Order: sequence, then C-alpha cells, then structure tokens
Amino acid sequence: MTQHQTIRSSPRSTEPLLSVRDLRVTFQRRDERAFKAVDGVSFDVRPGQTVGLVGESGCGKSVTSLAIMGLLPKRGNTVEGEAVFDGDDLLSLSPSQMRDRRGADIAMIFQDPLSSLNPVITIGRQVTEVMERHQGLSRKEATPKAAELLDRVGIPDPKARLANYPHQLSGGMRQRALIAMALACSPRLLIADEPTTALDVTIQAQILALLKELVVDTGTALVMITHDLGVVAGLCDEVNVLYGGKIVERGGRHGLFRQPRHPYTVGLLDSIPRLDAPRGEKLNPVPGSVADNLPWDSACAFAPRCSHRVDVCTREMPRWDGDDVVGFRCFNPVGGPR
Amino acid sequence: MSDPIDPAVAEDVRRPSYGQRRRDRIDALAQAGAVDDTPGVSLIRGAWLRLRRNPVFLTGAAITVCFVVLAIIAPWIAPWDVTARPLLDEVRPQTNPVPGPQPGHPLGGDDRGRDLLSRLIVGSRQTLIVGVFATLFGLIGGVILGTIAGAIGGAVDSLVMRIVDVMLSIPSLLLAFTVASLARSPSQWTLIVSIAIIQIPIFARLLRGSMLAQRSSDHVLAARSLGVKKRAIVFRHMLPNSIGPVIVQATLSLAVAIIDAAALSFLGLGNPDQRQPEWGQMLGLAQRYISEAPHLAFYPAGCIIVVALGFTLMGESLREALDPKTRR
Amino acid sequence: MLRFVLRRLLQMCVVVLVLSMLLFAWLRSLPGGPVSAILGERQTPERRAALEAALGLDEPLPVQYQKFLQRVLQGEFGVSTKVLPGTDALDVFLTRLPATIELAVLALLLAVVIGIPLGYFAARRAGSAVDTTTVIFSLIGVAVPVFFTAFLLKYFFAVEWNLLPVSGRQSTGIDATRVTGLFVLDGILTREWDAAWDALKHLILPALALATIPFAVIFRITRASVLDVLDEDYVRTAEAKGLSTGVIRSRHVLRNAMLPVLTTIGLQAGGLLAGAVLTETVFSYRGVGEALATSFREKDYAVLQVLILAAAVIYVVINLLVDIAYAVIDPRIRTR
Repeated sequence: MTQHQTIRSSPRSTEPLLSVRDLRVTFQRRDERAFKAVDGVSFDVRPGQTVGLVGESGCGKSVTSLAIMGLLPKRGNTVEGEAVFDGDDLLSLSPSQMRDRRGADIAMIFQDPLSSLNPVITIGRQVTEVMERHQGLSRKEATPKAAELLDRVGIPDPKARLANYPHQLSGGMRQRALIAMALACSPRLLIADEPTTALDVTIQAQILALLKELVVDTGTALVMITHDLGVVAGLCDEVNVLYGGKIVERGGRHGLFRQPRHPYTVGLLDSIPRLDAPRGEKLNPVPGSVADNLPWDSACAFAPRCSHRVDVCTREMPRWDGDDVVGFRCFNPVGGPR
Repeated sequence: MSDPIDPAVAEDVRRPSYGQRRRDRIDALAQAGAVDDTPGVSLIRGAWLRLRRNPVFLTGAAITVCFVVLAIIAPWIAPWDVTARPLLDEVRPQTNPVPGPQPGHPLGGDDRGRDLLSRLIVGSRQTLIVGVFATLFGLIGGVILGTIAGAIGGAVDSLVMRIVDVMLSIPSLLLAFTVASLARSPSQWTLIVSIAIIQIPIFARLLRGSMLAQRSSDHVLAARSLGVKKRAIVFRHMLPNSIGPVIVQATLSLAVAIIDAAALSFLGLGNPDQRQPEWGQMLGLAQRYISEAPHLAFYPAGCIIVVALGFTLMGESLREALDPKTRR
Repeated sequence: MLRFVLRRLLQMCVVVLVLSMLLFAWLRSLPGGPVSAILGERQTPERRAALEAALGLDEPLPVQYQKFLQRVLQGEFGVSTKVLPGTDALDVFLTRLPATIELAVLALLLAVVIGIPLGYFAARRAGSAVDTTTVIFSLIGVAVPVFFTAFLLKYFFAVEWNLLPVSGRQSTGIDATRVTGLFVLDGILTREWDAAWDALKHLILPALALATIPFAVIFRITRASVLDVLDEDYVRTAEAKGLSTGVIRSRHVLRNAMLPVLTTIGLQAGGLLAGAVLTETVFSYRGVGEALATSFREKDYAVLQVLILAAAVIYVVINLLVDIAYAVIDPRIRTR
C-alpha cells in the first residue's frame, strides 16, 4: 500500500504507460457531412495512475477509448494520431498484433453489463476464454483461476456461479463478472467506459469501491470514462474534461475541484446535487445541449452555452493554456488568466 | 456505437413457440405504428421523406401502379376478345397444338386458338380482383377479431388469440387448400374466400398487438382520463393509429395472395371458367405443353413474379421506413 | 429442462385437440355431407346407413365429435375413392410418406447448407455489391411461385437438356429391393448402387424446386440475425478480450445468430408440406403431396382427412423438436 502511495505522489517520475497524442476520429457516413468525434486529444497515463475522461454524452470520450482499443468499426471511421503503449503505437499495429494486446495488456469494461455479456454462454466460459487465448491455458487449468477471480471481485459462491448464465445474475454481479474477465490476464491498463451508469446507486458505490481496491492492489493503470464528476472525485488522480471532441480542462483531482478554470467544468460541478447545499438553493445545469456547438476551427465550441462568453470566443479557437499536467482551453477562464 | 437493445424486447423476440417467427414479425410490425412520442404527422412525413429517395420502394411502387392501371383499362387495350378464337385454324393437336407468334398476335395463341397477349392483359384483372378482395376480406375479418380482442381484453382476448395462434401455426397454403376443397363448384370466390381466411389471423394479431401497445400510450390515457367513452377511444384514437402497420401488412399480403391464388388455380381449385382468364389458371393449363410450348407458362408466370415482387418491394421498404429500429 | 419439455408437450396436445375440432368442423361442412364425402356418391344404401350410424349423424354434436375422435384414434378414416381406389386411407398415407420424407429432408438440407453460410457471408459484407445482389435474388426467390420454379427446372434440365429424369421416383427398368421405402437409403443399404443413384437423380430437381423458398427465407433471416448480433455489445466485449476471429465468429456471433434461424427452419419444415403438394404434382412424384393434390382435386375426402391431420401433427411435432433444440442452445429458455 505504501509503495503505491509513493508512486502516486510522484506521477511525473515514471515514463507514461500510455501516451495519446493528437488523436482524431472522423465519422463519415454516406450522404452526410464528416463529423469530428474526437478532435486532437492528447493525454498520458502513467503506471498505476487513474485518469478520468469526463464530459456529456457525445463529447467523444467513449470514441477515444474505442479508438485506443482498436474497436471502432472499420467502415466510415478515420483514426489519426498516436497512442503509444509500451513503446508501440497501438493505432498503427496490425489487427492481429492488436488482438494479442487486447485482453492481455489492455482490457476494457463497458457500460451495460447485461448486453455486454454473451447470453448463451456460461459466466465461467466467458472468463476462461480470455485466459485460454492469452495465457495458453487449457479450459481445465483456467477454471479454478476463474473461480478465484470471481471470488476476488466479490462474487459470492464463485464455483457455482461459473456455471450460471448472465441472465441469472443481478446487475451488480454481472458488472463484477465483467471486471473479472477484464482482469483475468492482469492487464497493465484497464479502460472503464461508464462502468456504473446502468446500475443502481448503491451498487454503483460498491463497484467503484471494488475498482479502486483492485487498481491499488494490482497496480493497474485505469482510464475512467464517465459523465459523473462525483465518480471522478473519489477515484481519479488526474481529470480530463472533454467538450466537443477536445480536452477543455485538465488538472489533478484536488486542483480541479478546488479551483476549476473552464466555465464548462464549473457548470459540470454546479450541476452535481449536494446534500450540504443551503436549503432552497437551486441546481445550475449547463444550459443548452451539444447540438448548439460551434465548429472548433473558428470558435470555441462551447461559446453558445457559455455564461463567460466574450467577443473573441465566437471568432477564434482558444489555444491550450498549460502543459500535460494542468491546463485549460479558454479565452476568459473563471478566476482570470494564469 | 449501437443503440442498446431494450432487454424486455430482446427477451420477447427470443422466446420460441408454435409459429413464433411469423408471430414475431407481426408483433414487431404492430409495435412500429404505436410510437407516440413523436406526433403522427411527422412520423408519416419522415417515413415518406425516406421512401421518396429509396430506389427499392420506387421500383415496387412503379410496378404496382403499372399493374393496377393495366388491370383497370385491360378490356379497352386488349387487341382481341378473350373468348374469341381467331387462331383456331392454326391449332393442330398432333403437330402444332399451340400457334406461335404471327402478325396481329405478337405472342401467338393458346391451345384453343385464343390470342395469348389479350388473355394476359385481361388476366391482370382477375389477378388484381382476387388479390385485392382476398386481402380486403382478410383485413376486415382481422380488424373485427383484433378490435374485439384488443378492445375488450380479458377472457375474450385470450380465446380469440388462442384460435388465431393455432390458425397461424398451420402452414397457410395448406389451410387455403383445405378451405378451397369445401367449395361445391370452384369459382373465383373460392380463391378469394380461402385466401382471405389465411389472412384473417395475421391481421387480427397485428391489430390486437397494435391496440395493446396503444392502450397504455399517453394519448389514450389522456383521452380516458378526460372521460371519453370507450367506444370513441377505440374508434377515434386506437384504430386510426394502427393504420400504418396494417397498410404495410396489406401490401405484403397482396403479394402472398397473388402467389397463393396462382398455386390454388394451378392445382385446379380455382376458377375453372376460361372465359375469365387468370394468370394462375393460364399457368396451370400450360403444364400440358411443357415440351411443345413452354412460353405458354413463361408469360403468365413472369407476370405473377413481377407483380408479386412489386408488392413485396413496396411492402418491405414501407416496413423498414416504419420500423423504429432502422429509423436511427 | 424436463419441465420445459413437458410443458411444451402439453401445449402440443392442446393444439392438436383444437386442430381435430377444426378438422371435425371441416368434415361436417363438406359438400354433400360427410357420408357422401367419405364414401363417394355411388355407394349402396346399406353402406351409407352403416357409416351414418358409425358417425352418429343423428346424435348431438359433442357425441359426434367424440365418435369422430374414437375413429381417428383407431385409424379408421375410410377407404380411398380416387387416389388409390379401394385402399384404406391410412395405408395410402403410410405408403406415400417415405417418398415425401426423402424429398423434404433433401430440400431442407439444401436450403440450410446453402442458406446459412450465404446469409452469414452477406451479413459480413453488408452493403457491398455481393450483399445487395444476394438480397435482391432472395426477394425474387420469394416472389416466384414454387410450382413455376419446378416447371422451369423440369423444362430446362429434364426436357430441353435431358440431364435428369422428367418425373417419378425410379426409372422403370430398375428392379430395386425395398427396405425402408426411402429409395436412396434402400439402394445404399442393399448395395444396389445403380438403384440409389437412379433414385437420387429423380430427387434432385424436385428437391431443388422445393428448397427455393426455405432457402430464400433462411438466407434472409440468417443475414438479418447476424447483422443484429454483430451490433451487440457482447461481440464488442469479445473483441475487447482479444479473442481470435474464429472463436468470436463461432462462439459469440453464430451461436446467438442461430436462435431465430432455428425457429425459421422449423417453420419452413412445416411449410415444406405445402410446397411438396405443388412440387410433387409438377414432377408426378408419388408422395404425400401428390396424394394431397389429387385428393383435393378429385375430392377423395377419406384420404384428405388422414393427410390433413397427419400434416398438422407432423408440423406440430417438428415445432416441438425445434423448441427443444432452441432450449438446448438458449439457456434463457431452459433455466427460466
């Protein structure tokens, strides 16, 4: 425990495990204009670190993760940029090389645990197949390990559960099973795409606690994708706020929550209901929706919804003001310029 | 990436039982019309905008329009009377039973010396009549049964639906044969009635499914809470909103009716009266001359295929346009 | 699992019971009444009276139905008047059954063996020229009446090019030993290879004709179902696990995609009987379908009764088998 603490307290001392540079994903559907889902995203993940990607639906956070994993459909999507993992650019690996990485070095868990599990195969088989693939184990050898894994993610009576089918498990148990599958080959990086969104609130807290415990115990780096800043607050070392396919603010957890700079981050924080808020105080959701966005090339995409808007916001694209640890992208940041 | 699938729906689709696939298709269609979060006008308009650019729909619609126009004006454009036998002298039962093409008779004649082209043209009429009436009667029967089941619910509903399900579980053509065999003297009405009967359960299930989907919808609840009479709700709110799926099914049913009618005629269960030519009947009669004059079968069969294809293309593209799943 | 099968069996009994009522109603409403219908018009008054008594026509309907059920259970359907005059109707069915089984099995096999891989292939290349072409062909396939497909095959392969026999099940010159009544199987069992080959040649064209509709339907369902499954989250999960393409395709895609296809196959197996009526007629292939067509046309109601009831029972049994197969591959049904 203490050992990890030291790693965590000095994140810059180690080389990044994953280094995403200028990632761009463009959707091109027939008869429609090209849509830039991810528009030049760069961030680093260091070993053992937990990094959050936060934003509304449609901000490009899920697409970013799918692009890194090589899971975007080939047709109609263009992926540019770099995602260097352990010295190799994942985006330029061949499909079969990428297949060898996925599930072994990098694993992913998804939003809806029911639809993410194959309904006609037992939980046990779905766990063992990863180990059979990447560790060369036989099904027989993998089965006891699968039981251990289920036990470790907190599934009671794991031996019996191996023979169950997804529909026989509760939502929380299904997500635990998915986590077990992701951790089966001890990956160095785990990407969690809204892992708690489809679950009940009480279960959400349990799953988050489990994830936190697991990344600390195993030293796995975690990329946490969520729209919920509350999730980030309890989990992440570093937070990236995405808007319209670009990172608009980045900071350490404490810094970002204590002194948010980008008006969008402020809006997100204001829209979290707080129990300790004075009686009668209203929630302040961010007005408008992503449909109001301006194109980034000639403006700030957030400008139409922004309460801090100044003239230049609709004429020019704001530049990144900061480094790869802290920074924001705004002409008129909250709290004045740096 | 993909829309998450409603687990309840997914569960339902995968539960099999007798005739499940047909029932699933019907039920999915029934759901399609009952989307009430968008106003009806924009729904239909949206479907129309998509259809207008859809080549499959346009092809189907073009075929259908040509066929209907042809059937209507048939007696006026057919060069010969269908009962006249201008080529009688050409028929040689031993050497040349079917007169070939010649001036004035581009397709030649049939085995009785009648002009083949005229019979084909006029035949479209009987085919259309049988298809339309069979579908219409099936529709009326289905609407009555489905409305009763959907509006009353409870024991009546389960009784009606059990009968409908058993009917759906019998291969439809076999059911049509069985019904047709009850006729004392076959006529075109034999065809119409026996095909209408196999359509009834389809429409009944469709209507009932669509009504059930609407019974719990907001506008029906609103009408009910305002104290609108039940009958008024059924006829003014629920039935009109079920019309989309019914039109789709009717279009698809027309294709099936035309093919099934041809099959019945072919087996000699249809209209034996050759004064009223019909494509299925012509095809059945052509069997005898397979080696001497296969074209006698090719022409009516080609007509049946093209028309059935027209209705199918139109129906399938309509169904797709209405289907919320493809409407992303 | 056992409970599932039992429940399905019970449902099946209810369906058969309802069907028997429909058959009874049908028999009562035949032109000329059931007696003329079963015995034919020219029969001695004694036999008519005997049958009237047996049917209990003067008794109330429930009693009549009960007697009808008794006769059905004892296999007394009357004597064929037209199909095989003088033969017991049940025997007509039993002698014709193997021919149709042979034909239907081959047709369904063709439809499945070609339809599923082609449907899968089309789905993998959805939107491509190959996919569009196959979809259009399958739409046309459904629009072509079965008997016309049969007619075309017969005209080209048998009449014009003389490659395959025009009609029947076996050439007249061949003296084959009969074991099961399935001619191809008989030839193999008795090692009369020429007889087996000859029977197979007779089977090819009718089976091809009969296979077109099930093929088109199975192809389209497979394609749609594979497309649906490829979009599913669990396929993405399998990809995220880095599983090999082979495992993803067989274990995750195909297995799930087969569920609706299986139901369709069952449905088509039942529908084959209707198709067999038409196909067997075109090829003068002496099976159940040809017997049905003849008895429909010639009003041989004794034979019709047997055949309709048998068709319904066969159809229901096939559906039961499909349901069981379904439960075997879908745990959600089995463990509910």
